[in-house]
Amino acid sequence: MTAGAPTAVASAHATNGEAPPPTPFTKEEDLHAYREMLLIRRFEEKAGQLYGMGHIGGFCHLYIGQEAVVVGMQMAIAEGDQVITAYREHGHMLATGMDPKGVMAELTGRKGGYSRGKGGSMHMFSKTKAFYGGHGIVGAQVPLGAGLAFANKYRGDGKVSLTYFGEGAANQGQVYETFNMASLWKLPVIFIIENNRYAMGTAVERSAALSEEMYARGAAFGIPGEQVDGMDVRAVRAAGEKAAAHARSGEGPYVLEMKTYRYRGHSMSDPAKYRTREEVTQTREERDPIERVRVRLMRDHDMSEDELKGMDKTIRATVNESAEFAQNDPEPDPSELWTDVTVEA
Amino acid sequence: MPTDILMPALSPTMEEGTLAKWLVAEGDDISSGDVIAEIETDKATMEVEAVDEGKLGKILIAAGTENVPVNTPIATILEDGEDASAAPVSAKAPEVAAPAETISATQTASTATTAPAAIIAPDTSVPEGTTMISTTVREALRDAMAEEMRADDNVFLMGEEVAEYQGAYKISQGLLEEFGDRRVIDTPITEHGFAGIGTGAAFAGLKPIVEFMTWNFAMQAIDHIINSAAKTLYMSGGQMGCPIVFRGANGAAARVAAQHSQCYSAWYAHVPGLKVVAPYTAADAKGLLKAAIRDPNPVLVLENEILYGQSFDVPEMDDWTVPIGKAKVVREGDDVTIVSFSRGMTYALEAASRLADEGINAEVIDLRSLRPLDTATVIESVKKTNRLVTVEEAWPICSIGSEICQQVTAQAFDYLDAPPTKVSGADVPMPYAANLEKLALPSAEDVIAAVKQVSYKN
Repeated sequence: MTAGAPTAVASAHATNGEAPPPTPFTKEEDLHAYREMLLIRRFEEKAGQLYGMGHIGGFCHLYIGQEAVVVGMQMAIAEGDQVITAYREHGHMLATGMDPKGVMAELTGRKGGYSRGKGGSMHMFSKTKAFYGGHGIVGAQVPLGAGLAFANKYRGDGKVSLTYFGEGAANQGQVYETFNMASLWKLPVIFIIENNRYAMGTAVERSAALSEEMYARGAAFGIPGEQVDGMDVRAVRAAGEKAAAHARSGEGPYVLEMKTYRYRGHSMSDPAKYRTREEVTQTREERDPIERVRVRLMRDHDMSEDELKGMDKTIRATVNESAEFAQNDPEPDPSELWTDVTVEA
Repeated sequence: MPTDILMPALSPTMEEGTLAKWLVAEGDDISSGDVIAEIETDKATMEVEAVDEGKLGKILIAAGTENVPVNTPIATILEDGEDASAAPVSAKAPEVAAPAETISATQTASTATTAPAAIIAPDTSVPEGTTMISTTVREALRDAMAEEMRADDNVFLMGEEVAEYQGAYKISQGLLEEFGDRRVIDTPITEHGFAGIGTGAAFAGLKPIVEFMTWNFAMQAIDHIINSAAKTLYMSGGQMGCPIVFRGANGAAARVAAQHSQCYSAWYAHVPGLKVVAPYTAADAKGLLKAAIRDPNPVLVLENEILYGQSFDVPEMDDWTVPIGKAKVVREGDDVTIVSFSRGMTYALEAASRLADEGINAEVIDLRSLRPLDTATVIESVKKTNRLVTVEEAWPICSIGSEICQQVTAQAFDYLDAPPTKVSGADVPMPYAANLEKLALPSAEDVIAAVKQVSYKN
């Protein structure tokens, strides 16, 4: 507890804002998490490769290292709950069930991309999968996500909005305008701070006051918060279930601070000189979210190395297929320049 | 000597009001700070406090009197020893008359500008025989929202003071009572945040009406208007539209200086993905706002505070809408085309009326919509008149007038007998001093001078 944090939220993070130890996963759950996380990792590795080959342009922000956050949260929510985030969103899209081919083809700017080649890496959407973007302005997705929650409450449909943002965006003024209204109006929204430690090149200690307690950022508004090991998919799911139940029951928003780490640079053009190679290596070796599940699958669930390799092979095939599609799909027709500016009334 | 109590101005734009009720009687002792009367403006009922101490002498304006001009003596306060009968009220008459005359001069001017109903060409889309009802722009906007909210549960209103306060400019009067606090929502003073929440709700399929108290404050929210609301349809390849209305008072009000007096017409008309309307009459305000609420795109309604209290004929129809993107020829003429919108129309119409006395017949076009911009109507008119003057209160650089002049020059160059001319606000931040403010805004005289310039009649 921070000194001066209101007692009203004390019960929500009684153990220093840390979530209770997660219940173990069944074999099926671990398999599901493994498959989903591995798909994101392999997809992102391929995207990085295609970027290096010049097939993907502009900015490209990879999610490698953070996979457990979005996969654990998807395991915690119900069908129809919405997801919205910023521009590091390839993982979120795959986790909501969007087609890797459509995502990869958008990265290459092709007509088969989710935005028909007009959005690119940072701007993709799928109403059918309740994925609301894909937003390029740091922090802008936070009020937008609360707006989705506003619609849920207005309709009384019981849905919850999962609004993701980084620890860097957590310093934006509009985040606190949104916290205020979301709490005031008891909107069903979970604010998920993906604290990957670096806002581009600025370490969280250098940009955020009380950087060790980002989960308490909603405290002044009476929003409970928890700090979660974002590299442990079980911890994420457990915290997500608790937060979703809270939001769905009409008690209002919830903050989850996911302590996570991105292995790659901020974007493909970031040499990441602001941290040591040792720091990255150590995190990969000791905290990798996928490796942790892999160990459990073999140790606790009797999976063999070969079985896991087989899964990896299948996933690589899916990703290769998406890359193949993304390179061969035609570019959008020139007439597309002028479409979708406004809806014809 | 008795002291006069004058009719106070209770808002920057108030010119007259109704003396609703006296709370003191002749002969009562009053001290400064006592509430002595209630005055109704078009926005609110306000209490008037005494400034001076003494005995209330004569009540000069009876309770219930309407249209009492600001600065009219409404009562007198007697000093010790004076009595009401001895009050030399008649001696004050000349002084009283002076402000009254000034006021009536203003009134004449404003009557001239608020009576265009007589000049404006009848709307061809209104069936013959339709009853016309004199309605203020304020009421017309409220009626538009109420009708659309009755028709569609997805429509809701959010903004600062829209619910319990009944609207900072009383636009949303009565809506909370009819629709409840689920659909008429007071927000904190956080434009950036609630514009984003409204936009998110629109992504989810609701149809928000987001009121900015004035567009000046929407500068805090412009990222969501442009980056989130306007661009997402395109960025999503047509998947995710944003059926939202952002509305509020735009442009100069009166004596509120630079940060509260700015016209955003060109700013927003610049942005693909938005639609922008800027109505002048009550009929257009109602019809365009209804069309805006139904439109599946983000539509910005640039209203004008000075026009809120002005009355125009509105057709009494079950469902009166005005198409977005259609200008209107409101006065026909052959000699020159004057193009304007919003409050600029007051200068354009007054100028046209005075020019007619000099034998110059101006055609006046009210753009009504700024994006899409109906250049075809303007060009058709210029082909007939061969001369063009644009009128707006905004700054001149990269303005709506600039765009009109460019389009006309490009598309009707051979028809022009003179270079097109812009009448605009001065290229300075709005000053506070009354004389400087007047100089910073366009006037009918400016329009007349511009018309004479393009007609080579200087």
